[in-house]
Order: sequence, then structure tokens, then C-alpha cells
Amino acid sequence: MTSRTPPAETPSSGGISIRSVCHEYRPARGRPVLALDNIDLEINDREFVAILGPSGCGKSTLLYLLGGFMPLQQGGISVGGRDITGPGPDRGIVFQNFALFPWKTVRQNILYGLEKQRLPKDERERTTRHFIDMVHLTGFEDSYPSQLSGGMKQRVAIARTLAINPDTLLMDEPFGALDAQTRSLMQEELLAIWNRSPTTVVFVTHDVREAVLLADRVVVMTARPGRVKKIIDTRFEGGMNAEIAKSRPFLDRVDEIWDLVREEAIVAGSAGAG
Amino acid sequence: MRLVHTLWRFTPLLLLAVVWEAVSRLGLVSEFALPPFSDVVTAFSRLADEGLWEHTAQSLYRGATGFACAVIVGVLAGVLMAWYRPVHILVNPLLRCLYPMPKSALIPLTIMWIGLGDNSKITLIFIGCLLPVVLSAFNAARGVDQVLIWSARSMGAREREVLWEVVVPAAMPEILSGIRISLALAFILLVSGELIIANNGIGYLIDILGEGGDYAGMFAGVVTISTIGFFADQGYVALTRRILAWRE
Repeated sequence: MTSRTPPAETPSSGGISIRSVCHEYRPARGRPVLALDNIDLEINDREFVAILGPSGCGKSTLLYLLGGFMPLQQGGISVGGRDITGPGPDRGIVFQNFALFPWKTVRQNILYGLEKQRLPKDERERTTRHFIDMVHLTGFEDSYPSQLSGGMKQRVAIARTLAINPDTLLMDEPFGALDAQTRSLMQEELLAIWNRSPTTVVFVTHDVREAVLLADRVVVMTARPGRVKKIIDTRFEGGMNAEIAKSRPFLDRVDEIWDLVREEAIVAGSAGAG
Repeated sequence: MRLVHTLWRFTPLLLLAVVWEAVSRLGLVSEFALPPFSDVVTAFSRLADEGLWEHTAQSLYRGATGFACAVIVGVLAGVLMAWYRPVHILVNPLLRCLYPMPKSALIPLTIMWIGLGDNSKITLIFIGCLLPVVLSAFNAARGVDQVLIWSARSMGAREREVLWEVVVPAAMPEILSGIRISLALAFILLVSGELIIANNGIGYLIDILGEGGDYAGMFAGVVTISTIGFFADQGYVALTRRILAWRE
């Protein structure tokens, strides 16, 4: 966990532009639910942005729209200057519940995306080898996901996504299903990976400390319908490290954001009860 | 040690044979209703020289053909129904009509349409076995976790690749249990089809032996096809376990 300043030589992906995006869920029965209400957000190239909000605020919806998994109903989203028309390997995604292919081994899971990229065989093998080593899963290449712990599964999912070298990394509460120790280790690893080769990251979470620790900026969303409540800069002098994560300014920032989130959680809670 | 273990597992069957022999020999039940086990064994070895295997082979050919067609067509139809809406609109009403129909009621019809030969039995087995396969494949393919599909798409998989590389393997456990139901159904429809009308086959053999008063022979036929059914199911379960080794 050293400096977060991105080295200048990595190619630019151009950032993300979200303009007046609204999204409504229309169930077969019952009233439509407005999940996102007029979201405007500019994310810079190679910036790490965390999206924070109470459950049901539409933060995952926003990520799925960025992924191109759902059709855009209103507004516009462009990534790297191009409008989104569907899913694509320029935007890699990591889901909370790993979404590994359970019938494939660790190696086969990582290989899958590389095969889709039509890379030559020796390059696929080399890349897979590299990413298995990088996420410390050497020796587990031929294990199936059912034989791995939650933390190991999520490392496979991250390796699989990084292996296809996406310009943008979308992460949907990737550490939410892990225990506290594993989560903390995974946060450190993600920061280390990002510091080595920074890409644009959109990281959805409901963990305030995690957001402040990882992100350059934190976007706090309101309870449903989701709007941008506030955007807070969470960069610290000298970059993030274990010392800063214990310092007064860091803890104050966490408290400040926690208060914003709590307001919305209360709104969401009372809406749910009423 | 392993042999002892295997023998131990077959003890209940051995016990059954002993009880069978006893109740029949002691006259607790009529010899016509239940011929002694030893008579059945004698009849079996006699029949083995008199065409039992030819009849069995004929039956297995019909059963295997009808069953295999049902599996192939059923998996395809079920998966495509789940994936492509027009296929669903086209096929679903047919399935709804076919579902509650007792498949054995089709026996006279298939004979009338197709004749006495193999093809009428194969058709019957095909139709009967089709439903469990289609329904399990449809439900399984429709229930595949959305994020698996999204993952594949975001790694660059095309729609057709997603179908064969993600949806089908993800649905496999449920598809395989649907196929197991069809396997048992294949035996039921095979024997009942042959019992009603046929020129050969194990069901035919059971029928004529019974009518000729050779009850021990009839029992030998019943035991033969039941044993084959048992091993077919065991073999299938072993195969399933291999295919789904990733499930732990």
C-alpha cells in the first residue's frame, strides 16, 4: 500500500461519463419501482471510485448499467468515450457471490475469458499462470470452486477478470460475502494490484471504511430512488498505507461519510417499515 | 475386504431368495402365484438356451433407441425453449397437452399408425421419456443464475456460446435427474408395450410364458428385465457422479 499516483505510461481508457440516468424496475405485477433518479457522474481515467449507499439504493443497478447487462432506459453512459451498447471485455466485472463457473477448475475459469479473446494458446497459458501466481492460488489450479474457501473463490474471480485486461473494473460488493480478516487482506491485495497497474475502478459497497480506504472519491447515494447525495474526496497526503488508515484524518473522514450514509439508511429503514 | 463388503451388501437379496424359496416350498402361497426360487433359476437357465437373450437384445435395442432419441431431443427442446421465446410459445402448448396423458394409452395408437414392429415401441418410449427430459431441461435452463450469464458475456462470450458453454453445463445437474426418471419410464413403457402386442422382446416372452402356464419361466423373464433395469439405473447414477464430480 504505497502511493496511488498512477504511472504515466499505462494507456488511457478515457474514464466514464454518466449523464441523467434514470432506471425503473417494472415488475409483471405491481407498481413500477424507480431505482435510479437522474444520476450524473463523471469518473476520471484510472480513478478508483466507490459507490456507497443503503441497500436498495440502486447502486448495483448503476453498476449493471455500466456493465451493459440491462438496457438503458433514460440518459446516457459512455466508457472511454464510447456509448455502452452491451456487455464487453473492455469492462470487467466482479460479483459479490463470485459467479465462478462451478464445473470449471480454477485454471479453466481463468482461461475462459482468454479463450473468448481469441488469444494464442501459449499466451493464454502464460497469462493464466501469471494471474494464478498473482492471487496466490498456486497449487490450486485444478481445484473446483466448491473445494475453495470464500476468499479463494473471490481471488479466482478477480484473477479471471484482470486476466482479460479490462480498461474498467466494475466491482459489486466483491468482499461482502467474506469474513472480516479475509476482507481486510483482500482490500490490501486489491490496492496493491491497483497500484501496480491502475485502471478505472467503480467499486460498489456498503462498507464505509472500505470505501474510504480504497477509493479516490466516494459517491454517497440516497435511499430509493437512488440519487447522488454527495461526492467526497478521499485521497490522503502521501497515498494510502496502514499508518494513514489508523490516523485521525482518515477516521474523521470515515465518520463524516458514515453520518451521511446513516441518514439515508434511516430513510430506507422507515420506508421499508411503512 | 472389499469382496466381503460387497457380499454383505447383497445379504438382503440372498435372504429374500431364501424366504421366497421357503414360502413357496412350505405351501404358504400357491406355486402358481409364486413358483419356488429354485424353479425360477432352472427355468432361467433353460430359457437362456431358448432365446431369452435374443428377446432381451431386441427389447434393449428398442428401449435404448427410444430413450436416446428422447434425451437428445428433450435436452435440445428444453434448453431452446428456455432461451428463445418463440420456441417456448410453439412447444409449450404441446407439452401441456401431452403432460397429463397416460402414455400407455398411446400403445394401441402407435401400433395402428406404425405397426407391430420395433418402430411403434421406439415411438412410444420416445414420447413417454421426452417429457421429463424437456421439463427438467427447461426449468434448469431458465433457473440458471443470471450472474453466470453476465460473467460470460462480459468476458466476450457470444449469445450462442453462452447457451452451450454456460447455460447447459449450469443446468446439467437438474437435466441429469430428469433423465434418470426417463430411464425408469423407458423400462415401464418397453415392457408394457411388448406385453400388449409384439412379435418378440422380453415383454412378449413374459406374456406367452404366462399364457402357456410356465409360471417359473415367466418369473425368470420378470427377474431378468428387473435386474437389467436395476443395473441400468446403478450405471446411470455412477455416470452422473462422474459428470458432476465438480459438485463435491
